[in-house]
Amino acid sequence: MMTGYTTQPGPSNPEGVIFKFKRYALHDGPGIRTTVFLKGCPLRCIWCHNPEGQDFGPQEMAGGPATGGRPITVGRTLKATDVVSEVEKDLVFYDDSGGGVTFSGGEPLAQPDFILALLQTCRKRKLHTAVDTSGFAPPEIFLAAAGLADLVLFDLKIMDPARHLRFTGVDNHKILENFQAACRDGVKMRVRVPLIPGITATADNLEQIGKFLTACRADCPVDLLLYHRIGDDKYRRLGMVPAGPACRNLEENQVNEAKRILAAYKLDVSVGG
Amino acid sequence: MTPRVARLREESLAAVPRISAERALLVTEFYQGASAAGKSVPLQRALAFKHIMENKELYLGQGELIVGERGPAPKATPTYPEVCLHSLEDLEILDRRPKVPFRVDQATFEAYRRKIIPYWKGKTIREKIFANMQKPWLEAYRAGVFTEFQEQRAPGHTAMGDKIYHLGMEDLKKQIRRAIAKLDFINDPAALDKRDQLLAMEIAADAIMAYARRYADLLARQARVEKDPGRQAELREMERICRKVPARAPETFWEALQYYWFVHVGVITELNPWDAFNPGRLDQHLEPFYRRQTEDGSLSPEMARELLCCFWIKFNNHPAPAKVGITARESNTYVDFALINLGGVDKCNQDAVNPVTYLLLDVIEQMRLLQPSSMVQVSKKNPDRFLYRALEIVRTGFGQPSVFNTDAIVQELVRQAKSVEDARCGGASGCVEAGAFGKEAYFLTGYFNLPKVLEITLNNGIDPRTGRKIGVASGNPRSWKSFQDLMQSFRAQLQHFIDIKIRGNNIIEQINARYMPAPFLSLLIDDCIEKARDYNAGGARYNTSYIQGVGLGSLTDALAAIRHQVFDRRKISIETLLEALENDFAGFEELHHQLVHHSPKYGNDDDYADSICSRVFELFFEAVDGKPNTRGGVHRINLLPTTCHVYFGSVIGATADGRKAGRPLSEGISPVQGADSNGPTAVLKSASKIDHLRTGGTLLNQKFLPQVLADQQGLNKLVHLIRAYFKLDGHHIQFNVVDGRMLRRAQKNPEQYRDLIVRVAGYSDYFVDLTPELQEEIIRRTEHAEL
Repeated sequence: MMTGYTTQPGPSNPEGVIFKFKRYALHDGPGIRTTVFLKGCPLRCIWCHNPEGQDFGPQEMAGGPATGGRPITVGRTLKATDVVSEVEKDLVFYDDSGGGVTFSGGEPLAQPDFILALLQTCRKRKLHTAVDTSGFAPPEIFLAAAGLADLVLFDLKIMDPARHLRFTGVDNHKILENFQAACRDGVKMRVRVPLIPGITATADNLEQIGKFLTACRADCPVDLLLYHRIGDDKYRRLGMVPAGPACRNLEENQVNEAKRILAAYKLDVSVGG
Repeated sequence: MTPRVARLREESLAAVPRISAERALLVTEFYQGASAAGKSVPLQRALAFKHIMENKELYLGQGELIVGERGPAPKATPTYPEVCLHSLEDLEILDRRPKVPFRVDQATFEAYRRKIIPYWKGKTIREKIFANMQKPWLEAYRAGVFTEFQEQRAPGHTAMGDKIYHLGMEDLKKQIRRAIAKLDFINDPAALDKRDQLLAMEIAADAIMAYARRYADLLARQARVEKDPGRQAELREMERICRKVPARAPETFWEALQYYWFVHVGVITELNPWDAFNPGRLDQHLEPFYRRQTEDGSLSPEMARELLCCFWIKFNNHPAPAKVGITARESNTYVDFALINLGGVDKCNQDAVNPVTYLLLDVIEQMRLLQPSSMVQVSKKNPDRFLYRALEIVRTGFGQPSVFNTDAIVQELVRQAKSVEDARCGGASGCVEAGAFGKEAYFLTGYFNLPKVLEITLNNGIDPRTGRKIGVASGNPRSWKSFQDLMQSFRAQLQHFIDIKIRGNNIIEQINARYMPAPFLSLLIDDCIEKARDYNAGGARYNTSYIQGVGLGSLTDALAAIRHQVFDRRKISIETLLEALENDFAGFEELHHQLVHHSPKYGNDDDYADSICSRVFELFFEAVDGKPNTRGGVHRINLLPTTCHVYFGSVIGATADGRKAGRPLSEGISPVQGADSNGPTAVLKSASKIDHLRTGGTLLNQKFLPQVLADQQGLNKLVHLIRAYFKLDGHHIQFNVVDGRMLRRAQKNPEQYRDLIVRVAGYSDYFVDLTPELQEEIIRRTEHAEL
């Protein structure tokens, strides 16, 4: 069958591991969206608030109030078409608001066959797609995904390579190259900068991000994401130690300062996604 | 807010609700006097009304622009001993109860002791109702299977149409005279009854005109002694208005408001009808006056706004009549459910949003009063900016206005065989009830406890709370081979109790039709004059009786858990389940965990649970819809609880969804509190799987954290969420935009949160006035956050 939106995506319908569907996601792109969280990430950002998205396979997590105190398994294996069918439950809301699906993680590009199949299936079914990525992926995978998605939400965290390695566990060379390539290809993007006190939210880092974006001639908007510690409980439940900087949220004037620095580079900056 | 409005508003907020014996004394005096003797019931009722309107004390507040109070002063609340008689003990409870009290002074106690109780004891409608109910009805009622709306209040349940803006009472009297002239005493055996009904309506018209004239005289006296020339001019203008309306049709904005207000006071003085009364499509009714006068320069928008604010305060001066007995738990509130409708479409199906709509939204935002309730009707034809303006007010967190789907309401009414024009001129009154305004008597007859029917089904007809057999022998659960068997038993039990309820309804309707006609209300609602028949006896063009289902979410989750655990997975035997329920899960912790955490739940867009919900809905619909009432109409269903889900929960033991004994049920069509974990879109999808268009109203509560709606983007997405729900034919949605932590603080320090208003179920109320159960219930509703 070659017609209709229900055929399988090309030759295969790969499986992947998902750890969450979030409906009515308000900050992951335009309109009302469902965010699908793919499990597994090559980065280990110390402020990560989705620690259950770091390991690739399903894993056990101690219970919380919502589970009656019992342990639960995080992550389940699903076929790409099943994921998209789940996403389509909210079609009526996407239609009205210009929304769609956002693939996040973890790092969605870290399950390359799966993410490409998901994006192809969505494209066939006329669903608006966004990919929320760290940009840490082989260039061919990154560009293939960027080519299939309607929007890329690209995280830029730390410009200094040594500090990037120290706080995220990986080198940022490949990330920045992917970003430049996307700019050359005219990929529709929004840059997302998590404001982590003392790590990403430093004047120096933000100035470097501004310079980098100017050099790339990137005309994409920039979203500043506020730091929060809602992940702490999940670290404990996974038997991990929360590694994020033990400080409060940024003061409003610090957020405004971050905004001012980037706006000085003639960037369209907003707070929140 | 002008200084005048600010002061009147403060006075209204500060006024202490109290019981006034004035009306009860006047009614008693009338019935004991010579003019009542030998008259037919309709004439007695009309003359009693006239006696009140000619003799009640007149109140004129300092600086008021709209006059008329039901009692002798703001919040002085009359009683209706002919419907329901307060005992001295009731009065003491009202005086002393910590929440929603009404002060009762010694003179009132004395009046009750010496005059009111001795005369009315044994003569009230409430007593007639209970004396006429049969044993199965009384047993089901006592078990909490259903409640009865008419045992303390007159039916009412309607809203004003546009008639009073075209016709004065003198015009209506001419119509009455023509109808009397047309009576056929040769062929129509009911002609004499009809004549008395019409004469009663005529007397009622005279009564309201007499009341207005008394006000005109009072205003003239006040004007003569008033020193301030500005106020003096106002008093003279008010005098002029009161000499004109309601006798003749209004021609100015001010006249129109004063006319409505006289009518409102008349309706709620004649009897204590449910949902007070309300002007219905106020923005549409006022628009022609506003347009004409702003064009010719005789009314400024500021003046219109001030008049509307004064009008608003009038509603707030009128607490709901004080109840007695069992219903004190059902709905304990000062709110009297006068629900003002804005927006929607007009008779010709055009966008009805107009400048007065926006003016009224400003007034709602500024006044921030408990009463009146307000709602916006949103049609696909209405512009988004109208919805945005309404949501800007919603996000300030006081629960108003609620949001209704015009296109669904019109379809619901048309399905009920109303003309499409009448449907478009209708809306929702009370909490969420659809009606053809000005043309329909749509009585709500009682809440119906759906999960209780399952409990009785699981006990083969016995109410486990009392051990009494009140249901039918629908089969021993141990003999059920499949979920289908359970559903068949449930269906038999449901039909049994619905039939009991309907039998009772049809008797109660006739009691009201015979003993408690409402000639004044009949004047106002089409086609009572043409039919020469009272509003309470089928005089309205459309006559509907509703049974309101409660606990749809709880029932669905209980059935889904049984299906999943007992019949599909076969992890739990029915015996074990019944034993666990009987023991309120004590010693069955593992089973309880399975029911709560590993059973499908309604509200998550999960077809397993949602298909059970649709099935239950169909069973309820089939049991009720189309069954005749005694007024020429039929019974219909709607799904709303007000606060009855708390009372109904208190009479049910543990349920198979894991709910512990006595805890509140789910409300409206909302999921069980906390059972929805997939966000608001999933809730709306689940809720839209029942067919709203075959109901007369459904109620859906949603709670959002203020942060979610703080910015424009959050508001945009809420607009889209609502539009999509309405595309799915959802009837109504309402929002609490509050922070759970703040509600906790308010529980601890109520004195600091006196003015915190929250959405309950179909109305808003002061949080601190709610019972602790209801406060907990609102806090437990899932809060949609997004971080």
